Amino acid sequence: MAETGEGKKEEADYKRLHSFPLIRHTDMAEEMRVETMELCVTACEKFATNNESAAKMIKESMDKKFGSSWHVVIGEGFGFEVTHEVKNLLYMFFGGSLAVCVWKCS
Amino acid sequence: MPVPTTVRSKKDEEDGVDQGDVWDEWAQGKALIKPPDQLELTDGELKEEFTKILTANNPHAPQNIARYSFKERSYKLISGVDQMAVHFVLEGTLIHVDSDEARRQRARQGQTEEAAAPEEVEEAEVVGEEERSDSVDSKMGKKEQKVTNQFNFSERASQTLNNPLRERSCQTEPPPRCNFSATANQWVIYDAYMEELQKQEKNKDKQKSSKREEDKSKKKQMITETQSDDITKVAKVVKIFERMVNQNTFDDVAQDFKYFEDASDEFREQEGTLLPLWKFQYDKAKRLSVTALCWNKNYQDLFAVGMGSYDFSKQGHGVLLLYTLKNSTCPEYIYPTSSGIMCLHIHDRLSHLVAVGFYDGCVAVYDLKAEEGGAAQPVYRSTAKAGKHTDPVWQVRWQNDDMDNNHNFYSVSSDGRVVSWTLIKNELVFSDVIKLSLEGALPECLEVVEQPSIACGTSFDFHQKIDFLFLVGTEEGKIHKCSKAYSSQFLETYQAHNMAVDAVKWNHFHPKVFMSCSSDWTVKIWDHTIRTPMFTFDLNSAVGDVAWSPYSSTVFAAVTTDGKVHVFDLSMNKYEAICQQSVVAKKRTKLTHIEFNPIHPIIIVGDDRGHVTCFKLSPNLRKKPKEKKGQELPKGPEVEEAKMEKLLSLLREPDYSSI
Repeated sequence: MAETGEGKKEEADYKRLHSFPLIRHTDMAEEMRVETMELCVTACEKFATNNESAAKMIKESMDKKFGSSWHVVIGEGFGFEVTHEVKNLLYMFFGGSLAVCVWKCS
Repeated sequence: MPVPTTVRSKKDEEDGVDQGDVWDEWAQGKALIKPPDQLELTDGELKEEFTKILTANNPHAPQNIARYSFKERSYKLISGVDQMAVHFVLEGTLIHVDSDEARRQRARQGQTEEAAAPEEVEEAEVVGEEERSDSVDSKMGKKEQKVTNQFNFSERASQTLNNPLRERSCQTEPPPRCNFSATANQWVIYDAYMEELQKQEKNKDKQKSSKREEDKSKKKQMITETQSDDITKVAKVVKIFERMVNQNTFDDVAQDFKYFEDASDEFREQEGTLLPLWKFQYDKAKRLSVTALCWNKNYQDLFAVGMGSYDFSKQGHGVLLLYTLKNSTCPEYIYPTSSGIMCLHIHDRLSHLVAVGFYDGCVAVYDLKAEEGGAAQPVYRSTAKAGKHTDPVWQVRWQNDDMDNNHNFYSVSSDGRVVSWTLIKNELVFSDVIKLSLEGALPECLEVVEQPSIACGTSFDFHQKIDFLFLVGTEEGKIHKCSKAYSSQFLETYQAHNMAVDAVKWNHFHPKVFMSCSSDWTVKIWDHTIRTPMFTFDLNSAVGDVAWSPYSSTVFAAVTTDGKVHVFDLSMNKYEAICQQSVVAKKRTKLTHIEFNPIHPIIIVGDDRGHVTCFKLSPNLRKKPKEKKGQELPKGPEVEEAKMEKLLSLLREPDYSSI
């Protein structure tokens, strides 16, 4: 019992500590990067249980802000190889278990 | 409408029925069908004639219709009775092609007749109007029918010229792309977060121990800075190049400096001119005025400029600049100071030592030889503990080394002290030489309990030959002749001026003569043995500075606040300046200082806008006595002294007689 309790606590700690967005790879300019990151955070928090909706929201917002065509992948586990326009890719982790990849290619 | 019909051999029947029969018969061909109830008549009965007259009146129509007329308010007979009676109506079997019915029929009959239709169409059209019903029928089956005028039509067509087509296309370069691939899963994400957290913790640790780190980094920076600033290797080359460039740029000025002689002087008996040469200014000291000038005795092209302010309300920083004539664009040495410089003097022999007096009462010694790193700071500096003046220092002057071979200099300040400063090791040791008081440092003063009111010293000068003798000019306008030996007494006091004495200068040749100038517009020349001035010149403006020429005992120059330089040669004109020239670009610029170059016939003049201008004296201003043919004229200081003496003797005679 104690172990499981500890495990839960650890998990909670992990969730708490790892709630911040962590950018793994990006080639965006400073301003755009910050904006995109904030958008991803907002979307993932808003649709915590529905990655599809979150991705849709990010994609649509990005299309509006930076022109089409943006692509967004959100998930806990996936692999990808994409071609993107230079200066238009952001790959980040969020909330300890989500990976978000946003890129533009039209 | 009543229809008139022919009389028929039928029994009386209704007209309409008869007619209908007739029509029926026509329609059905000639087959006669007798109705079953037809009367069998004999021939006689058949030939019997019944006359019937058909009128246009309807027998059934009422003849007596009366209606109420509202207009006439009574019943009236209506005369016009409708006489028409309809007996028979037959709808036609033909329909118009365009009508709805026709369209509906066409739709109903559909495609079955479609195939056969086209051949019939042409026939039908050719047949014309009589057979039109047929053609219409045949057409009805058709699906697509040209709906032109069915009776008469003609087609006309024309075509305009089509513009030739031209194709043009271009393609932009697509935005650059690149590939990116990664795999996201839970352990990768976890690892990334853990790594990031560890980094953050490290950063926190660093901040805690940042003080130590900062020190270290500072040291490192220092090292890097010194490394990066290491252009000293090329400094000499750079300096030479800079001078070469300047020599090219100011070639004409340099030529003038060396060779130009104002030819017009030959036609003017006793007048001369000043030729402007270089102009020195330093952008960072624009707002400051020139408060001191001094030539370097060893290097004749080098001179020092002290920058500060004479305005009490605008005191601030100052700067010590050393210029060379070889580079007029930028100072050779720059020493920024926290307080405005009021005076300076370059050591005659050790020309790298510059004594400086500041507005805040400090005196300092700068060493030009000191390395660049420490050059911004003076090597010696007086402190409050070590006898610093309490008022602006108005003049400093190097003296010969003392008996222990220590360098020393004197300073005079508004606080009424004349102080001797000795450079011992790395200290500046002071000793008060004299304290100026208003009463003239008389013994009576000392007996008075009250603090003797101090006189403010503004300038001094030391006799060249008599080591102990010196003169002090004061703000009250008096000049005191003092001795280094007596600190409490003046040897002599001259009631010289009505305002502060700006400068007092011994003549370079004649041991008895000195000169003073003041803001009361006058320049006076004295014999120190006589208490009244020998010459008095009124220059119509406050005189900032005077200087004896180094080449003639009778030539001196003065600068005034109205921007003019006055050059006198007493041997040529005892009453007026032989040159009086305005040398400032802008009005209201005040000239503050003037110095003769010890060797070359040039002067430098400083103004209150921070500019220093160099002028060449025209030949008339540096005239030597005329040489007579075959007669070798003696030269040297003795001659100059004699020249002055001769002048003075002219003046002394009446003076003595008057006394």
